[in-house]
Parts: sequence; structure tokens; C-alpha cells
Amino acid sequence: MNMTKSLIRVMPEKELIPFIGREVNVYGTSIALFRLSDGTIKAVGSRCPHTNGPLAEGIVSGEFVYCPLQNWKVSLTTGKVQAPDEGEVPTYETVIENGNIFVSI
Amino acid sequence: MKKLVMIGNGMAGVKTLEELLQRDNTRYEITIIGDEPYPNYNRIMLSNVLQGKTSLDEITINDWNWYTENNITLITGEKAIEIDRGEKIVETEYGKEIHYDELIIATGSSSFILPLPGSRLEGVVGFRTIEDTEKMMQAAQCKTKAVVIGGGLLGLEAARGLIDQGMEVHVVHLLPTLMEQQLDAPAARMLKKDLEKQGMKFKMEKQTEEILGETHVEGIRFKDGEELACDLVVMAVGIRPNTALAEKSGLEVNRAIVVNDYMETSDPSVYAVGECAEHNGMTYGLVAPLFEQGRVLAAHLTEIKSPGYQGTVLSTQLKVAGCDLFSGGDIHEDDETDAIVVQDAVAGVYKKILVKENKITGIVLYGDAGDGNRLFSMLKNETDISDFTTAAVFQKAGEEDEADLLAEMPAEETVCGCNGVTKGKIVQSILEDNLTTYEEVKTCTKAGASCGKCQPMVEGILALTLGAGYDAAAQKNGMCECTALTRDEVVAEIKEKGLQTPQEIRYVLEFKNKEGCAKCRPALNYYMRMLRPETYADDKASRLVNERMEGNIQKDGTFSVVPRMYGGTTTAEDLVKMGEVAKKYDVPLVKITGASRIGLYGVKKEDLPHVWEELGMRSGYAYSKSLRNVKSCVGSQFCRFGTQDSLRLGIRLEQELEMVDTPHKMKMGVAGCPRNCSEALTKDFGVICVDNGYQLYIGGNGGTEIRECDFVKIVATEDEVIAYAKAYVQYYRETGIYGERTAPWVDRLGVDTIKVMLQDEKQRTYYENRFTEAKDTYQEAWSAMLAKTQEKKMYEITRV
Repeated sequence: MNMTKSLIRVMPEKELIPFIGREVNVYGTSIALFRLSDGTIKAVGSRCPHTNGPLAEGIVSGEFVYCPLQNWKVSLTTGKVQAPDEGEVPTYETVIENGNIFVSI
Repeated sequence: MKKLVMIGNGMAGVKTLEELLQRDNTRYEITIIGDEPYPNYNRIMLSNVLQGKTSLDEITINDWNWYTENNITLITGEKAIEIDRGEKIVETEYGKEIHYDELIIATGSSSFILPLPGSRLEGVVGFRTIEDTEKMMQAAQCKTKAVVIGGGLLGLEAARGLIDQGMEVHVVHLLPTLMEQQLDAPAARMLKKDLEKQGMKFKMEKQTEEILGETHVEGIRFKDGEELACDLVVMAVGIRPNTALAEKSGLEVNRAIVVNDYMETSDPSVYAVGECAEHNGMTYGLVAPLFEQGRVLAAHLTEIKSPGYQGTVLSTQLKVAGCDLFSGGDIHEDDETDAIVVQDAVAGVYKKILVKENKITGIVLYGDAGDGNRLFSMLKNETDISDFTTAAVFQKAGEEDEADLLAEMPAEETVCGCNGVTKGKIVQSILEDNLTTYEEVKTCTKAGASCGKCQPMVEGILALTLGAGYDAAAQKNGMCECTALTRDEVVAEIKEKGLQTPQEIRYVLEFKNKEGCAKCRPALNYYMRMLRPETYADDKASRLVNERMEGNIQKDGTFSVVPRMYGGTTTAEDLVKMGEVAKKYDVPLVKITGASRIGLYGVKKEDLPHVWEELGMRSGYAYSKSLRNVKSCVGSQFCRFGTQDSLRLGIRLEQELEMVDTPHKMKMGVAGCPRNCSEALTKDFGVICVDNGYQLYIGGNGGTEIRECDFVKIVATEDEVIAYAKAYVQYYRETGIYGERTAPWVDRLGVDTIKVMLQDEKQRTYYENRFTEAKDTYQEAWSAMLAKTQEKKMYEITRV
């Protein structure tokens, strides 16, 4: 299978407020973007595996986001749902260039 | 099976059966004949019902199921009128004939109604039954002046209850001092002073001669000719054992039905227990001795050996907030008693201990009754006090002393007087069922389940039994997974250490997770803004989704839009606009919400700012922890029953109290008359308009756990309603746990605490002003969001 990845520009960096998620739709794939307290930018699949909750709307703490619907805790680094719940969301690499955020997909 | 019949369905009798069934539930076929149409209820809590601290439903001890589950035949609303002791048959007023092998008479007692002219007028009640209590509460709804005859325990509790119900109350007492059976003169004087501060009025050394009125009470006249106008008279001059039936059937009756140590009457197959029984020349009217009698009788009926009933030394406490008193043993001095007295008029503390031959025989404590149980236990155990210095007798027991005392306490000694739970039973349950908290012990053993007075002792026994395994911290709940500190501790630390940001709080208070979690992030944000309205900037990132997005998230990730409709009112223009916007944005559902407003459901996130802008209306905060709506009926503007303009008041309330964050959502209601169409009695704050003003209610809930409001008082003007509402909400803001509705909050703090605050003008004004200061920092949410170009971007979804 061809695993070519491309970097897609999604938004200007300054538009992403720390801790407040943003949803972007890249060629039909919905991705949630977050800026953490240390300034790093994370990108994961935007829907919680539990009841499809919009992760971009969740509360962010450290490198985790809490799903706004049923409070599942999801790692923004690994995409793994934290115990006692189980599941995983896809993660995407992000790059910042010339003040713009790029997502690798 | 032998047939056991009981006449009477009150606390003492039913307790006897409970104890009996515990010992042996196969021995008897049981029938109860009770003339009150209720299952067994906790009569001692009636004064709490009247004082609005608890509701009638909550004082039921055995509900109907209990009787069914235990195969007990219960006949209620029917009197037993005849006992045929020869044939062993009880006859009822409707002609039932019930055969017995053993018969228990537990007919209790009735209020003693003074045989005065006019004592049968409407509006004269005793204070004894649910019916009496209901009559008093009804009277308080439409009448203003009450007289309580009798300044004893019951009379004072009734008087306080009527004040809580909004009445003006005079207590009439024959003697120069109150509660003369339990208190000596100095303590009684202090009590009277404190009660006067609470608004109670007294007519001392007054003998009532006549109750005035045509069909209904209009006043009373004393022997000295003075008259006092009133429209309710409560007789609380004592109780009279119900012995008529026993007398008629030829049993030995003195003041009450005479029984021996095994509660046997003069007929060995007939027993008497409770207030209708006389043992050793004594009759009892308090719950602990009656339960003790019940246990003795249960043992006897199941042929278990017991030393029998030996009489009870009594102790009492008054269930009136702000009057801390304890009385135990014989408090009357004579030539053989010595008295140790400590009096501190400044602190309002008075303690007297009577001593005979180095043993405590009587205790009167006023103002600080904390040592009551310890001293009373010394009295009962006949502890020799020669080893104690006087000071030590009075010293507030330190932790160590308390623990020593509990350790020395014999296993068979009763810890919970209401339910007769011994120390041994508690220890055994802790060990066998692995109990670790007071709540668990309460559930398993019933210790503390009635009046809760013994909670400190139960906790002490827990600590003693578990030793190092006792986790004091586990007794309380930390705020979240990040900290073991409770809400109160965190707030106290913020104040004390002057912490300015949530991050600072988490670092200084050593939260496990330095960025907090989904539970403490919103909570800390709330506490900070509550504490520092002027300097703390709200942190959107710490708001849960609904409050961050200013809309309620739906299960599919869309949102709802519910504009403000003050008091449930709208206009033709607004309706047209809402229709147009709903059409334009393809809104899948338009619905009248539970809070009588119009909601647009299923609005896409990206559309939210546009929808708000085009509607041009204020947010209804239907998603927030703040005031949702004030449900109002149309009131006197349109309704023929309306007594006041409830709609105008509802609109004003909503305007004055909207937007400000509270620990949880709040709903209010205003009803134009006691028909209560707007369901104000199950709201966080409710107002019932009446002819002479506005009745204020607090702490109701119609949600998860239905709770009826507690009455606070009647105020005369709309402005006062607003002032009280603001003070109440601010008090809730400053003492509530984030996420706690007012109903559990009121229960946690105690209705009285809140009432005392509201009735104290200085405090009320303080909280009212604090609320106003906070409100000034709030801006309407939707228009504010539309003005923030940066934050508004969070509604956008970038598409590539």
C-alpha cells in the first residue's frame, strides 16, 4: 500500500488559542487541533470512540483531552483512551512553518 | 402460631415489634390496630417538620411495605373499643373481633387540653400528631398571631416552628421560668433571652382563664383580666396517657397503666409499653426509655432472659437552633447535693453539675452543651469524681480524654439512644462487615440514623476499633482526583494565602496534576471568579463545553439555542424572528423547553454565531450553571385569583439575577397565589404571593431527587424579595460546592443557618452587595462573544 503522506496547511498558528480545541476538516477527515501549555500543537481524530463526542470541545489538561460528552480521557500524544476506558483515536504529526500550522496526513 | 395483637401503632409499640421480629420472627401472628391513618412515624421529628427542617415523608419510620414484608396485619383508622380479657378478644369500633394470645397496649398519650371555656373552638390544637402539625402549618398560611400555652420543651419547639412558619408567637407560661423540669433559674433566664432575640414573646406567670371567640379562636384572657388577641392556640401543657380502654377492661391503672419490670400489667397476658405505661410510679415521654421498654418486652415475649426494665435516667436537648442546652438527671438541689457552677455571662455559657457523695446526679448546660454526653455517661456510670479536679470536670474533653472514655466504655452501653445500638454492636459490625466510615456504620447498625446526636461517638469508636487503619481523610471527600482537599479547605487556602490564579492554587496546594482535570478546572475557575469578581479574568479554557460555547451540546455534537424570555414572556416580533432564523438555518427541532422558553435544537456549531446575531436576542443561559429562568404565572394582571403582580416580579427577579455564575444551575418560580401554578415550591428559590405579601421559599428541586422548598419568611414588598433573593444566591455562591444544587446545599448547611443569615439585616445586606458587585462584572454572553474576533474563531471549522 502506498503510504505517501502530505503536509497540509490548516490555519495560521496565532488562531489556535491554548487549551481551546479547533476542528478542521482535511479532505473529508475531521481532525481536532490543540495547543498545550508548553506551546506544542497536537492533532488527533476529532471523534471520541465512545459515543462520537467532539473532542475539540473537551477540556484540555497536560497532554490529555476530556471528551465533553462522557468525560473519557484521551492522550493527545498516543491517541490512546486512558483506563478504565479503552479505545484509540488516530494521531497526526504537526509542523509549524512561517506562522502556519501544517498537518501530516 | 400464637396470636399477638397490639393496640396502637406508634413509635414505642412498633419498636417493640421490630425488636421481637429480630429475635424470633416465627413465633407470632401479629395484628396491629392503630387509629391514626399513617404508618409508624418519628413523632420526635414533628417539631423539625414545623420548623421546616424536614418533611413529613421523611419522618416515616416504617412504611406500608414494612408491615407486609413482616406479615403484620395492620388495621388503621379504626379504634379498639373493648378488650374482653376472659375470651381474649379485642373489639374494634367497626365490629371486628380479633382474638389474641398475648396483647400489647401501646396507646401512647394525648396532648393534655386544658378544660377551659373555649378550648373546643376551632384553632385550638395540641402538638402531638401529624394532624396537629398540619393544622398549625395551615394556620400559618393564612393567620398571623399564635399563642402557645406551656413553656416546656414541646411548647418552645412549637413556638419556634410557628415563628419559622412566619407567625408572631407569644408563649404563655404559668411559672416564672421556662422548662422548669429540665433547667434551673439561671439557665432558664439565658434561654428566654436567646429566644426573645429570635423573636419569641413571653407572658410569664400567667394563667389562662378563657379562650375567646365565637366559632374560631379570637384571643385568650388571663386570670388577671389581660387579654391577648390571636388566631391560633397551641396547648403544650403536657401529655395524658391514653388509659381509657385499659381502665374499662379492669386493668390496674394509676396515672397510667401499671406494669412490672417485664411490662406486664395486672393481667399476665396483657402488656403495656410506652407513654401509656407506668413503671415504678414513673411515666416517660421521651424516646430513649420507651425504646428500652420495647427491648425488654421483646425479650420477654420471646422468652429470652433479661434483667427487666429498671427505669431510665433522662437527658434532654432542645431542638431549637441557637439554643444549645443539655439537661440530665435530677437537676433540683436539696440539702444533700453540692453544686459546681461555672457561669460566663459574656460568652453566654452556664454549666451546673449537681453532686451527691462524689457522684454526679444532675447536669444543666447552657450555651455550650458539648460536654453533655461525657458528663451524662459519668452520671449513668456513677463515676466517682473525687479524682477529677473541678476544672477537669468542666474542661472540654480533649481528643485523648474522649478516646480514653470510649475505650473504657463497656460493650453493652448504649451509644445511640434512639435506636438502642450498643458500643459492642457497633464494634462487631465494624469488624465483621469491614466498615470504615460513619455513613457505613449508620447504614449497617442504624446508630445515628434517627437524630444523629451520637455521630461524634460513633466516629470515635470507628477510630478506636480500626486503630491505624482508620483514615480520617477518607471520612471526607476531596475535590477531585488531583487533591484530597475538600472544597472548603481549598477556598479557605485561596483566601488565606491570597492565591490569584488556578495555576497558583494547583502548585501551592500540591495538586497531583499541575494542569488539573475536567473536574477541578471548572471548579477552580468558578471559585476564583466568585472570590475575586473584580480582578480575576474568567478562563474560557476551564469552562465545560456548554459554557465555553454558550450553548448546550447535543448528543450528535450540535448545539441548542435558547434565547432569554423574561418570566416566560415574548413578543410577536421575536416569534417571527425565531421562525425565520429556524427556517434559514434548517433547525431540525423547535420546542418549548422545560423552563417555558423556546429552544432551537440541532444548530450546527459553525452556525451558532450567525444564529445569535440574526436573532439579536439575549442568551437564556439554558446551558450554564447560573439562573436559568423564573417561571411565573400571569398573576393579578390577568388572573382572577392572583393576589400580586407575580409576572412583573418574575421578570424583575430574572433581570436582577441572570448571568452570574452559581455552583450549579438555579431555577426560580413566582406564583401569584397559593394555588402555586408555577410550581414555585420545588424551585431553588420560590415565591408565593399572598394577600399580605410574598412568602419566600428556598432549596426546592424537581429534578433527580425531588425536594420540597423550605419556608423562610413573608416579606412585604417586591424590593425585599429581590434583596433576599440576591443575598440567598450570593450565600449559595460563597458556600456551595461547585456542582452542588441548592437542595443538597440547604440540607448540608441546615435551613436554619441560611435563615439566620437572611433574617440578620447586616449579613443580608453584605451578601446582597457582594452579589451586586459580582453582577456588575458580567456581560450578556452572546453579544460579548460576537464582539471577540479571536475567540469567535473556535466556532469555525476549517475545511481543506
